[in-house]
Amino acid sequence: MRFRRFDIGRHLRDKLHLAWMLVAFAVAMAVPVALLLGLTYKSSALLADHSIFNIIFSKEWKPLSGEFGFYPFIISSLWVTMVSLLIAAPICLLTAIHLTQYANRWVLKLMHPIIDMLAGIPSVIFGVWGILVVVPAISDYIGPFLGKSVSGYSILAGAIVLSIMIIPFILNILIELFRNIPTELKEASLSLGATKWQTIKHVQIKKILPGIVSAFGLGMSRAFGETIAVLMVVGNVTHIPKGVFQPGYPLPALIANNYGEMLSIPLYDAALMLAALILFVIVLFFNFISRIIIIKSDKHN
Amino acid sequence: MDLRKTEEWFFRVLMFLSTMVIAVSLFMIIFSVLYSGLPHLTWEMISSVPKGGFYFGKEGGILNAIIGSLYLSLGATLLAFLLGLPLALFLNVHLIRYRKLVNGVRFVMDLLWGVPSIVYGAFGFTIMVFFGIRASLLAGIITVTLFIIPIMVRGMDEVLKSVPRGLLESSLSLGSTRSETAYRVYLKQSIPGVITAVLLSFGRAIGDAASILFTTGYTDYIPTSLSQPTATLPLAIFFQLSSPIPEVRERAYAAAVILMIIILIISISSRFFSKKYHKNKINF
Repeated sequence: MRFRRFDIGRHLRDKLHLAWMLVAFAVAMAVPVALLLGLTYKSSALLADHSIFNIIFSKEWKPLSGEFGFYPFIISSLWVTMVSLLIAAPICLLTAIHLTQYANRWVLKLMHPIIDMLAGIPSVIFGVWGILVVVPAISDYIGPFLGKSVSGYSILAGAIVLSIMIIPFILNILIELFRNIPTELKEASLSLGATKWQTIKHVQIKKILPGIVSAFGLGMSRAFGETIAVLMVVGNVTHIPKGVFQPGYPLPALIANNYGEMLSIPLYDAALMLAALILFVIVLFFNFISRIIIIKSDKHN
Repeated sequence: MDLRKTEEWFFRVLMFLSTMVIAVSLFMIIFSVLYSGLPHLTWEMISSVPKGGFYFGKEGGILNAIIGSLYLSLGATLLAFLLGLPLALFLNVHLIRYRKLVNGVRFVMDLLWGVPSIVYGAFGFTIMVFFGIRASLLAGIITVTLFIIPIMVRGMDEVLKSVPRGLLESSLSLGSTRSETAYRVYLKQSIPGVITAVLLSFGRAIGDAASILFTTGYTDYIPTSLSQPTATLPLAIFFQLSSPIPEVRERAYAAAVILMIIILIISISSRFFSKKYHKNKINF
């Protein structure tokens, strides 16, 4: 460091830096509070004369006559999320085991950038892929194969696109979990005569089971909030879906699709902001639980 | 044959297939976007704005969306960097003795990372209404900044966390102030990680559609001030793909190719940075 006769300047600079750091800290910490307050404030107009219970369980969606029932959208969201998790979960678990226990170095070297790139692809590109590949595949092959005539724009299309989107996210957590298992545990089991697969099945998976569950929880909440890609392939029909080949209309798609009209119909904006608030609270809740479980199980190791 | 072995082989085949599914999906996505977009990626496409409206006009290109996206994501990344870097340094240098507080902040950042971008979009809209601003570049930049701050902070935090504590103590004992330690020692040690975090946030900013749907609007022109609505690549794809006119859809496919190329460049260069500068790190 250069010699300075007066170091008042240095300390002043230190103070200024500290002040700016505190500003950044305050801004970042204010964001969640502001999100919650802002969305609550905007949706309060609707909550003033409808109870939250009514809105969530009412099937009537008629904005023009002031009826805002979220039930069809929530059910659609659940369908899409659950089916996507059903597809993604086994693929992630098997791949994580493959990459951490069996694979050669070159497979790892190849798969690492692939997973990273997949994680970086924007959701709208996934949507384009869904329209170009997944939707035609469902209407031309999967549907006829099962003896159904379907348009392809369906819960299944949304779920397939979503599952590929959440795979890198879940996979990265699972790989981390498998890597952090102490080696002694594996060695002890192998030396007792268990095969590699038995060790994985009965010792390693058992050890990190809470972590695996919470990785799936995080993936699920990501799927629950994903908007554009799902919106592009899911069909967007307001009804209560009864199967994976029917179109759906998940909650995020509802918000994104109707921003145009929301200022021209009374209470419509409040309803959409309430939908965003519900989304926020649900996702926050799942994230909170999953992260706590991961932190708790980390401490055990 | 031993039943245990059979079971293991069965699962190993499944594992191999799962891995293949992931790899094939990525190549299928890249291939399908290139296949449908590359033929339409002409010079006119990337050098002119749409003529006669982006949704109905058959002529013109997507220059408005390319420039708009760059404005938006550069602006948001810069703002998020100006807030994110000091915060990440603050956590790892100034607050290093308050473990519980630091872990609490990390936890909040992780939670915010998980919040869907549409929620940020809706929130950005409430801010707009509150302050009475129209859908504009500025509103978009603010919304996207909020959306990428957690990504930026956690990315930088992850590398700053691994700076050995001995460096902090030696730097302080040599008489440097805490902020000098933060910016000259910690930052220098973590440059590759910081660059990676910035690139990652930039990629998120340029690729996200849901957060800017309400806030930036869409226009045929290149914005000349912060208060004008702005076209962006993700929304160019989203809007124009739903058009009944084939020429308009071609613009969407071309925009998808450009967006994907940008994302792939970011992804590759961030790998390059994290490898290349790794050797500058002091190891204990």
